[in-house]
Amino acid sequence: MPGVEGYMYPNEVSLYWSVLIVLYPYITGLVAGAFILASLERVFRVEAVKPTYRLALLTALAFLIVAPLPLQLHLGHPERSLEMYMTPHRTSAMAMFGFVYLWYLMAVLTVEIWLDYRADIVALSQTTRGWRRLFYKVLTLGSSNVSERALHIDERVGWFVTLIGIPSAFLLHGYVGFIFGSIKANPWWSSPLMPVVFIFSAMVSGIAAVMLIYMATSRLRSQPIDMKCVDTIAQYMLYTFIIDFSLEMLDLIHRIYEADESFRSLDFMVHTKLWFSQVILQICLGTLVPIVLLGLVQAAKLTAASRKRIYAVSGSLALIGIFAMRWNVVIGGQLFSKSFLGYTTYKMALATREGLLVSVGLTILPLFILAALVKLLPPWTKEQPDAEALAVTGD
Amino acid sequence: MNITRRHLMLLLPAAAVAWESVLAGTPEASPNYTMTGHWWGMLIDIPKCIGCGNCVRACQAENDVPDGFFRTWVERYHVDDWNLANPQVISPDGGKEGFPSVAEDPDGKYFFVPKLCNQCADSPCTQVCPVGATFISPDGVVLVDQKYCMGCAYCVQACPYGCRYIHPQKRVADKCTLCYHRITKGLTTACCEVCPTGARQLADLKNPNDPIHAFLKTHSVQVLKPQMATGAKVFYNQLDGSVR
Repeated sequence: MPGVEGYMYPNEVSLYWSVLIVLYPYITGLVAGAFILASLERVFRVEAVKPTYRLALLTALAFLIVAPLPLQLHLGHPERSLEMYMTPHRTSAMAMFGFVYLWYLMAVLTVEIWLDYRADIVALSQTTRGWRRLFYKVLTLGSSNVSERALHIDERVGWFVTLIGIPSAFLLHGYVGFIFGSIKANPWWSSPLMPVVFIFSAMVSGIAAVMLIYMATSRLRSQPIDMKCVDTIAQYMLYTFIIDFSLEMLDLIHRIYEADESFRSLDFMVHTKLWFSQVILQICLGTLVPIVLLGLVQAAKLTAASRKRIYAVSGSLALIGIFAMRWNVVIGGQLFSKSFLGYTTYKMALATREGLLVSVGLTILPLFILAALVKLLPPWTKEQPDAEALAVTGD
Repeated sequence: MNITRRHLMLLLPAAAVAWESVLAGTPEASPNYTMTGHWWGMLIDIPKCIGCGNCVRACQAENDVPDGFFRTWVERYHVDDWNLANPQVISPDGGKEGFPSVAEDPDGKYFFVPKLCNQCADSPCTQVCPVGATFISPDGVVLVDQKYCMGCAYCVQACPYGCRYIHPQKRVADKCTLCYHRITKGLTTACCEVCPTGARQLADLKNPNDPIHAFLKTHSVQVLKPQMATGAKVFYNQLDGSVR
């Protein structure tokens, strides 16, 4: 059979989860990571990352809006997906997605954004004209009270929502890891470490995405990059990356040392079909290189311009590496037979419902949504960055 | 009785829930069949299987199984005595048209293993279905409500035996139903019906007179992948340790 080596059970020859299911944990991870970065400022009072606080929230929202789309497009009967809400099957990890998603979207993210922007929305509803005025009027939800006391309440409630939001972000992405980690039929997935690895890799990707978006938007707006801010973000990214990489290596070492019945099969895969995506892209380029680069910034005294370049390269590589990690989990987990006797091949179509073009479109779509959100709810703070930061323009 | 607005508000959700059942219609009647009186499984007698592929063809004809997918299939194992852990397995087109002949005096041993859904009592596929479209019937058969399944393929991933697939036309999960439409009418499954050697036998574990009980008492019987703890109810007589 073309594309098959050894023996696959006959129903296993073609893959059932395509690149769209790779995108799903990838996008959800960006949401969780961006939110956790935002919470650094709000809950843990890491003032240095303040310039990215609102941007991180809007990034999380833009990606969260797109998160269910790959799932919807992948379903055989998307029109039945509402049944997950109407008649959820309580023993199914996937059934909980709808509820965790709604909780996160409605009870956490939109509430936090609304509370944080309320004063701005009220001001905009009074200063703009035409449809924009109407739009902001609707967004005020009938409350134009921006007294000191009201804003203080907003602040307290917002803090509380973020506090709830942190475990919610962990839940959102940890649960995605659980979807894979709880499948005992598949040794590539079945691991209690999977949700934890997913959470930390999500944090890395979300932090990297917000950092890159902040740097790119600063450049587009011809504004200086707040170096203290990106230095701090890069520092957090490094720490999270080290934890993430350690967990992944722990999983790998454990598998190698245990060498159970599936090991030979998985080992063969890593050395052949997943060699490029796992060893080269995920581990070397997507993890080790950024860790070394970010570590270099900590160890050596580099100029702001060099640091910016390093952050841009590390952030981009991290995003590629985490995408490769999702790919290796989702696609890699279907390339070998559950008989451990054979391997199949994944052929990505170009212009089908689950093809390359749709995937690229879905990856770019959140950026357009983010652009619209930024236009409607400008996240830029009026505070000026410090003197050192001002000295460096956003090139 | 006057229906007040309050009454209406209380009635509407109940009516909405009931409407689903109205739309689903009445299931096919099967008089004289009591679901709770049976607990179905199957016995596969490996030494009896000759790899003729009758069962695969009968299943495809009976259940309109699409080309390239299988509710049941037959594998041929070739195990060398010096390499027990690496069997050579083939199943050309699911063994539908039989197998290529073997040399006169072959090295190692050859045998056939028919595969089908194991009708697990603790089935992982049922556990993961997000909408409960796949379920275990009271008589122990794992079924899919194809009018309800949304085709997410999570169950396909969760099945350790590769017994499920997504039907390419219906775009929903499909699998062996143990010919539920037949066994509830007192018939046997299509695959058992056509097996020329009796290698496949439908078994009702709740029926004390079923010959399965005597067989299980007197033979060395195993299920596939027992380490998965799925409560599989397809029992294999003389299952070789190399079978996956």
